[in-house]
Parts: sequence; C-alpha cells; structure tokens
Amino acid sequence: MKARADRRRLGRRSMLLGFALATLAALWLADLRLLAPDPWQTLGRIGTGLLSPSFADLPALAEAAALTLAFAFCGVFGGAAAGLVLAPFYHLRPLRHLCIAVRAIHELFWALLLMQVTGLSPLTGVLAIGLPYAGIFAKVFAEYLEEADPAAARALPRGSPRLSALVFARLPLALREMRSYVLYRLECGLRSSAVLGFIGLPTLGFLLESYFRQAHYGEAAAVLAVFLALILPLRLWMRWPLVPVYVAVSAWLLSRVETPPTGAGVLWRFVTHDIVPAPLRSGGWATLTGWLDFAGWLWRLGVEQIAPGVWTTMILSQVALALAALIAVVGFPLIVPRVTGRAGALAGHALLVLGRSIPEYMLAFILLQLFGPSMLPAILALAVHNGAIMAHLMGRQAEGLCADLRPDAPRGSVLWGYELLPRQFASFLALCLYRWEIIVRDSAIFGLIGVATLGFHVDAAIQTLRIDRAVALLLAMGGLTLAIDTLSTHLRRRMRLAHAPGAKQVLHEE
Amino acid sequence: MDGAAPMARIDGETLAWQGKPVLRDVRLELRAGERLVLLGRSGAGKSTLIGALRERLETGRGGPRVALVPQDHGLVPQLSVHLNAWMGRLDDHGTAYNLANLVRPFARERRAVAPWLDRVGLAGLDRRAVETLSGGQRQRTALARALFRGGDVALADEPVSAVDPAHGAALLDALGERFPTVVLALHDTAAALRLASRVVGLRGGGVAFDKSVAEISDDEIAALYRR
Repeated sequence: MKARADRRRLGRRSMLLGFALATLAALWLADLRLLAPDPWQTLGRIGTGLLSPSFADLPALAEAAALTLAFAFCGVFGGAAAGLVLAPFYHLRPLRHLCIAVRAIHELFWALLLMQVTGLSPLTGVLAIGLPYAGIFAKVFAEYLEEADPAAARALPRGSPRLSALVFARLPLALREMRSYVLYRLECGLRSSAVLGFIGLPTLGFLLESYFRQAHYGEAAAVLAVFLALILPLRLWMRWPLVPVYVAVSAWLLSRVETPPTGAGVLWRFVTHDIVPAPLRSGGWATLTGWLDFAGWLWRLGVEQIAPGVWTTMILSQVALALAALIAVVGFPLIVPRVTGRAGALAGHALLVLGRSIPEYMLAFILLQLFGPSMLPAILALAVHNGAIMAHLMGRQAEGLCADLRPDAPRGSVLWGYELLPRQFASFLALCLYRWEIIVRDSAIFGLIGVATLGFHVDAAIQTLRIDRAVALLLAMGGLTLAIDTLSTHLRRRMRLAHAPGAKQVLHEE
Repeated sequence: MDGAAPMARIDGETLAWQGKPVLRDVRLELRAGERLVLLGRSGAGKSTLIGALRERLETGRGGPRVALVPQDHGLVPQLSVHLNAWMGRLDDHGTAYNLANLVRPFARERRAVAPWLDRVGLAGLDRRAVETLSGGQRQRTALARALFRGGDVALADEPVSAVDPAHGAALLDALGERFPTVVLALHDTAAALRLASRVVGLRGGGVAFDKSVAEISDDEIAALYRR
C-alpha cells in the first residue's frame, strides 16, 4: 500500500526537471526581440520624465484619482456584499460553477464585453470589477466559514435555523480573516480600476496612456506618483467605520460622470443577436445548414485563433512564471532582517511593495515604449509583479521562521541557503503552482498591447463588432483557466504540497 | 418511573469518537427525572457517551428539549456574553428575529437573559466580548446559555472544571433546579455523589458499573481511576 502510494507520488526532482525543460523550450519559442528603434534614447527620455514629474494639470489628476478610488470602492464592496450573500450557498454545484466562470475572465475583458451593453458608463467599470470579484469573494468567504472552529456551531440547539446558526456561530469567527481579505482585494481593485482607464474609463490609466502617447513623460510620472500615493498607504487611510462613507461618496461621484448615451434596446439586441454565433442568427438555428455553418465557424475559430492563442499564452506564461519564481527566490530574503539587516530589510520592503503595487498591465505598457511590441514587456511585467507578490509572502513566512531559529543560527545569505530556502521550498513550489494559474489568466490581457494571446483575438473581435466571436474566445479563455486550475491542483496533490508545512499559510496570507 | 419508556436508550452498541471506537457494547437507559453522573478517567469515553445520548434525545419535533454544556464550551469569542447566552434559544425564533437581535440586542431579551447571568455570577458583564473573559468566566457563560435555554434534559460535560469547588457546587445545584433530568460528566467524585441519583462508571472501553447512588461503594469508584 505504502509502496504504491510512493510510486504515485510525483518527485520534486522530476517536476523541477520538467519545469526547466518547458522553460527552455518556451524561451526558444518566445518572441523576445527588441523591436523598438532606439530603446536607450526612449529610456533616457522616460527616465528624465520620471525624475521630474509635472503636476501641471492638477484638476484632471485629482478627478482621475477620485474616480479610480470610486470604481474600486463600488466594485470591491459590491462584489464583497454579493460574495457574502452567496457564500452560504457555495456548496450548491450550479452556483459554484457560475462563480468559477465569472472569475475566470479578467476584469478588462468583462469591461470590453459589458461596454457593448452599458457603453462607457460607470456601471461598466463597477460591474467589470464587481462581477469577477463576487465570484472570488463567494469562494473565499465560503472557505473561511467552512474552516471556522465548529465547536460553537455544535453547541447550538439542533433546530436552530440554518442561516441563524451560520451568522451567530461561524461568521463572527471568520470575520477577522474576511476583513483582511477584503483589504487585500481592495488593493487589487485599485489596480484593476486604474487599468480600466486603458480601455477608456476615466481613471488614472486613461491619463497615463494619453500622456505616454503624447510623450509627456513628466505628466505620466505624476500620474504614476498619484497612483502610488493612493495605494501604498492603503492600510492607513482604510478605516472600517468609514467604509459606508467611502462607498456613498464613490457612488455619488460615479453618478455625476457624463456618459455618451447608448441606444434603446441594446441589452435585448446584445442577448438575442450580438452574442449569437453568426451562422445561427436570423433563423439559422432552425435549419440544418445553419448548424453546419456553425460547425465550420467554430472549427475556423478554433484553428485560426483559439489554438494559436492558447499556444502563445502557454509560452508567455511559462517564461513569466520561471522569471517570477527566480525573482521570488532571490527577492524574499531581502525583507528578512536576519539576512539583509534592518536597513536592508526596509529597502527590500520598499522594492517589493513597488513591484507588486504597480499593475502589471501598466508596467507592460511602459516597457512597451522601451522594447517595442514583442513578448518582452508582457513577460517582464508579469514576472516583476507576481515575483514581488511571491517574494513578499515568502519573506513574511521567513520572518516567522526566524523567530523560532536556534540562537546560533547563521545570518546573511548563509541563513537563506541553509535554513530558509530548504524549509520553505515545499511552500514555494505550492505558491508557484498557484501563481501559474493566475499568470495564465492574466497573460490574456497583454493581447490588448499586441501579444497574440487569446486576449488579442478577443480585442480584435470586439473592435470589429464580432461579439459572437469574442464570447466564444472568452469561453475558451475560461476553459483554459479552469484546465490550468485543475492541473495545478492535481500537481499540488501528487507532489503532496497541499499539506506541506506553511503552504496553506502562504497561499491564504493574501 | 419504572414502567415509563426511557427518554433515550443505547442498546449494546459500539460508540465511536471521531471514527474510532471508544466504548464497546454499551447498554444504557436514561429515564425522566434521573440525575445521571458519568465517572471515569479522562479518555474513558464520557464525552462520547454524552454525544451519543444527545443524538438519541434530539430526534426533532416532539422530542425532549435538550440543553448542552460542552466540554469545549462552544462559545463564540467575538460575541458578547449576552449574545452567547442568548444563542441557547436560537431555535425558538425565526431567522429575521435572530439577525435583528444580533445587530442590536432587544431590551426584552437582555432582561430575559440577565437573571441567568446573575445566577452564574456574571452580572454586569453582559456586554463584554467572551474573548476578554477568564477561563472560569467563559465556563459560566456556557452554563448561563444552558440555564437560559431551559428544557427537559441538560447534558453537561465537565461543566464546572474551571470554577473553584464552592462555586462549582452552587452552579451544579442551579442545573439540578432548572432541569428535571440531568446527565453530568464529572471528575469530582464528591460532587458527583452528592448530586447523582445514578452513577455510570466507565473504564477500559466499556461500562464498568451502572448503579443507583446508594449501591455504590468507594472501592468501586476508586477502581475506575486505578492504573
């Protein structure tokens, strides 16, 4: 019995070997060319701009900053409220699948899709954040409620109403964790909100893009500075009693945004015409030729766009994951005082906070100006952002480990090599597998800056008003995310990583 | 009493705790009006037996009303003493009323709980969060929850282990006055004998004896705890 269990167990060595081979192959296949004509000159000009930010158009900056906050607040707290209501029913299979489906699509693509119905209105932005977040919150809240100490629930009279029992005996126990998770999600929501500007909503991303396009690097630097000034001290200005005020002010601000009117009956047209595959429209669904045409349509879409899009996504995410893992392993000791000293740890924190606070899409957009439209900007942006998050989580875990070390344990990089890395390696692998899924999901958004992932084809379909294609591509995207999620869970189980010491803690810390 | 049907009956069954069999071939009947005390070393199966009795008593509508004092108290540390005690009657109200009382406890409910908090020595602490209380105070909160609930049977698992003996005796008396039928797991044999009408001794994965309190000898009790 034991021998069989061991044989089923996937060794770390073979896993790492496979990972290295896949990375080499992906590196060979990836388009890593420097396509910009003169990156050094651009770097010089951007650098000068970054060093001399210009706050000339302060009213525009202030408005964009306020709206960035407003979208984030309404989206995140709307999503959290919906998630809280859904969490008690998350065990129901249809609901679980619905939640998985809505969160498999990135906020940017939700926005692109919703825009067809609600136009460039605030509702588009709020729903684009709120919908996928509701799916995430429902799952995480359900887990927290599930994991709460059951002793109190067991002590209740057996006939207690189900909902009362949940709210009295489980919710209070899970509330602290839920709050800190909402805080983490608010940070993500701020990033999403800023990035929604790149597709036309009036947030900081919109300003950043237009300044960059006009090569006004000083102004662009100011936008970046304002964004960091909002997100870095989040935990200082975010006070729970003030949340109703924040949300109310946000809703009021958004209600004042002027939007171009959308025609009447858009929603009806969207549901009954736009998203219906072209061969099945106007009665096609009732004929055999309609369905034959549909099969051909689906086949062409699969061969011409889905398959190449998935291929590019896998190459991009493989290189990005490898680089992120490297950044994490080298980067996490930076914030451990026993390794880098107190001042060093402070600098390390600053570096990692910067890395994870700037949205990967924004970073990729900036790098795009330097390197040109190859895979390079997307890979670097994904790797820096995810690497910084992983390094932060592992660094925090390492600090906990340091508290329990023997008194004569080494310091500096010897400590990193001999004590920390070996102890944390299992949770590091679990973290990598978990991040893999997120990187695959997020790599789609770089389609919008020209990398031919699935997102590139979705964007093209929407630009040409072929919403039916966009929806089919988005479904494929969701399917890919789901497949990676399943594979990653399977690998974690096969490698016995799920129960590795610290793995759960590292994954849940977020 | 003898002719009446027992409230709960365990008929030669093996009882398990978290999937592992703890007590084998248990035969036990609980009759209305009894004061049944379970004695035995820790790990002998007292909590398992209480759990099994609970299962057989709480059969749904029409069954006896059962109040619990679990060994782990089963309190919600983040909620107030008042709410923790009030949770004993969560099944008496609808969901809407329960949630409203959670958001802001009604004065009426505060008044209803207050005498029981008073009885266990927690007067004036009703607004304090349970997590700020001492171990003894937490145990009293769990007792107040059972007393406030009231009913036909109390199942109490070491309900006064964290309270000093003098207070413990008073609290056990309160249980005895409030409930016609009581099942108690105790480690304090003197308190047990003072209170019990019947004693069940557990040892070696089974029931060592099951006698009315008058028939028990000190030797039999001592044998339960011998290594």
